[in-house]
Amino acid sequence: MREVSTVLEVREVWKSYEGASLLRGISFRLAHGETACLLGPSGSGKSTLLRIIAGLEPAEAGQVLWEGEDLAPVAPHARGFGLMFQEYALFPHRSVLENVAFGLRMQNLPKAETEIRAREALARVGLADFSQRKVTDLSGGEQQRVALARALAPRPRLLMLDEPLGSLDRGLRDQLLADLRRILALDGTPALYVTHDQEEALAIADRLLLIHDGQVQRSGTPAEVYADPGEAWVAQFLDMGTLVQARVIRSSPLRAQSELGILAPRCTHTHHAVGVNLTLLVRRAPLTIERTARRRYNVVCGIVQEVSFRGDSYRATLNSSTYRLPFDLTHPVAPGTALSIHLAPEAVLCLT
Amino acid sequence: MMVRAARVPQASLGAGGSRRSFLLLVLPLAFLALFFFYPLFTILRLSLSAAGEAQPLALSSVFRPLGFTLWQAALSTLLTFMVGLPGAYLFARFEFPGKRVLRALTTLPFVLPTVVVAVAFNALLGPRGWLNLGLMALSGASVPPIQFINTLWAILAAHVFYNTAVVLRLVGNAWAHLDPRLVHAARVLGASPWRAWREVTLPLLRPSIVAALVLVFLFDFSSFGVVLMLGGPRFATLEVAIYTQALHLLNLPLAALLSLIQIACTLTLTTLYARLAPRVSSPSAPRAAQEASQRPATPRQRLAAVALVGLLLVLLVAPLAALAARSIARLEPDRAQRTSVSAGLTLSYYRELFVNRHEALFYVPPIAAVRNSLGYAVATVIIALALGLPAASALARTSRFGRQVDALLMLPLGTSAVTLGLGFVVALDSPPLDLRASPLLVPLAHSLVALPFVVRTLQPALASIPERLRMAAATLGASPWRVWREVDLPIVARAVSVAAAFAFTISMGEFGATSLVARPEYPTVPIAIFRFLSQPGALNYGQALAMATLLMGLTLAGILVIERLRLPGVGEF
Repeated sequence: MREVSTVLEVREVWKSYEGASLLRGISFRLAHGETACLLGPSGSGKSTLLRIIAGLEPAEAGQVLWEGEDLAPVAPHARGFGLMFQEYALFPHRSVLENVAFGLRMQNLPKAETEIRAREALARVGLADFSQRKVTDLSGGEQQRVALARALAPRPRLLMLDEPLGSLDRGLRDQLLADLRRILALDGTPALYVTHDQEEALAIADRLLLIHDGQVQRSGTPAEVYADPGEAWVAQFLDMGTLVQARVIRSSPLRAQSELGILAPRCTHTHHAVGVNLTLLVRRAPLTIERTARRRYNVVCGIVQEVSFRGDSYRATLNSSTYRLPFDLTHPVAPGTALSIHLAPEAVLCLT
Repeated sequence: MMVRAARVPQASLGAGGSRRSFLLLVLPLAFLALFFFYPLFTILRLSLSAAGEAQPLALSSVFRPLGFTLWQAALSTLLTFMVGLPGAYLFARFEFPGKRVLRALTTLPFVLPTVVVAVAFNALLGPRGWLNLGLMALSGASVPPIQFINTLWAILAAHVFYNTAVVLRLVGNAWAHLDPRLVHAARVLGASPWRAWREVTLPLLRPSIVAALVLVFLFDFSSFGVVLMLGGPRFATLEVAIYTQALHLLNLPLAALLSLIQIACTLTLTTLYARLAPRVSSPSAPRAAQEASQRPATPRQRLAAVALVGLLLVLLVAPLAALAARSIARLEPDRAQRTSVSAGLTLSYYRELFVNRHEALFYVPPIAAVRNSLGYAVATVIIALALGLPAASALARTSRFGRQVDALLMLPLGTSAVTLGLGFVVALDSPPLDLRASPLLVPLAHSLVALPFVVRTLQPALASIPERLRMAAATLGASPWRVWREVDLPIVARAVSVAAAFAFTISMGEFGATSLVARPEYPTVPIAIFRFLSQPGALNYGQALAMATLLMGLTLAGILVIERLRLPGVGEF
């Protein structure tokens, strides 16, 4: 496949707050038409990074480039980027339409065109009838849409969204996520989407950028990241399963002894010597219940605890040694039942 | 009306609200009625009854002071904002070393008594000031080369010096509470810094800017001590004219007419203000204040910050430093010493304050004035807060009724202090209200002056508290009083301490009303300074300097103490 053209490049950006470094030489690229999701825990510097890209805050070191050109001398208002703020930052002294038209007015477009395009943008987010309302009278979801319309109306060459769905309820979030994805796909505008919510990230992103310790720890399509989280932190942050400590007892095929028993992890690394400690990931699914323990590995015995109905399945926890493994069942099992489960070959992954 | 009646739930809610507002406003309104409207009414009645015998009034004796008052107030306000607005921006948005100290310093001149400001400018630029004495020593001239005192420039400089703090406080506070992301949003949407300021910052700050404009203008409009002591006989504002007519020329009808005009002017201004500013108290989270301010990052910002800090320092510190230094410098021979004296340091001006001389201006050592002033100031803080807090919390929930009350509460601000004092003297010296001998008379007068400031400081802070916080507290079982104590009070604690600082320092510095109300044997510090300054001789001048320096120190101490007294844990909201 041909390499798609990079529009935005963040190169070795450093930033500290009150002495503690927040961004430690973070680097990544964004291709044309791509939606990348910056995913990381709260306080990992994601919002700060967006402000640096927008030019609202200076980086201490490093560069932000647009189509190969350093943006350092370009003022925020000359960058042509759109930024949708956390909690929206709508102008309280302006009506809905005036908020949306703001960026167009800044381009000194004719009045008529400004109005037409602002109304278009409002219509696109489904708020055509709201133009004369005061933004302070809107609900959270409506404010979110106005903020999105405001950011989209000037047709920015890059759209940045900072936790845009942060404080909304679930139903509204799902609906707005779908809207967002539709609008972004329609526009082909490259987008950077910041969130700490993995479901949101999976729903919207072409590519995930996982930020930890001020750097991109893992980058890839959601499928790639899920197939191979690469780092223990990523697996944990994405809640992909349980991390298990184990020691290599055979190199080829790889077998490792853990408190859960002998496990046969999938491994992309070249070689692990016998006696080396590994961190393994035991994924949540898929599992089968083993009535008779015939196999020598990937079989976990334990006591069932906490069974809860999930609509299409039952979520149960298996207590085994010091670990608590969550797994899904098609039929309920009474808590306290002793059980052996068989982990599928792809369910055990070697992380180190 | 019928439409309103149809909305039953809201209507009944509103009725309950205004009943509460009314209860909260009973005390402040009673206070105003008794100590503001009643004395004013008495003055007018007196002057009208006297008007029959009076000779016809010359129009120029009315219009000349009025014209000059408006002219100098407009000029002063313009100059004050040219310094104050950049300063407010600096304080709201940037962290820099010495910010706290500079903030305290910028408050100091505002709260300093007009007499101190007058003495300070005198010590710097007056005929006996540093500059003139220095130039005389250099050139050997026997006449002061710089004529500053008794010029319009002296009045303007003192007004800028005096009122910059109003802009810094009112606009700076609002600016600090403005969500910086709004400007960021405008910038990302393509607005240049100037455009973002004009389209976003300015409209959102407009209520506070208008409030500050009105306050500064009213201040300059009713300025008394500064004009009297720095402007000299050529420049008479309405206030000075009232004072001169009432006290020196004993022309009460003309004084009453002048004060009537002044009240009309200020009433017009406040009504205009109430129309212009439908107070959009933008509900921004209090925490935004801290997130918003950062160190100046770019070289240009740093340069601008340094230049601005420098300008504020020179403007605000130079006269005060000149005053303090001049009070311990012996540069001229004393009264008793006819021969030339070697220049040097001296504490004799201070020592003299503790001496009860036979030929002195008072029956007590001058230092007793300090004790009097402190007592009055504490009483004023108590009275002004006791009245201002309920008034502000009633006004924070805007209603039509509240608007009118707000305008009423602002009235004493624009009313000539001399008129207030005169009103006290003529109205409160006979039954049913004979307070002539009461020690409360002075703090009552001071509270009247301080109340508008207290309300203006508290009300925006109270209005910025999201209603849902109160609702949350109420659903958690807090009674209305508990809600006020647990939610409102901690959030407005800073505003309360600022309000207390205002009340305290206004009381310490009040001159116009006090000059009429204070009993001769209980002089306040400003009165003492004024008497010293109006006497000839180097020793009297020196004592005025020493006293003014003491008052400056006391005021600074008062501010520091109040800043410290902020409730623990809420200092950094």
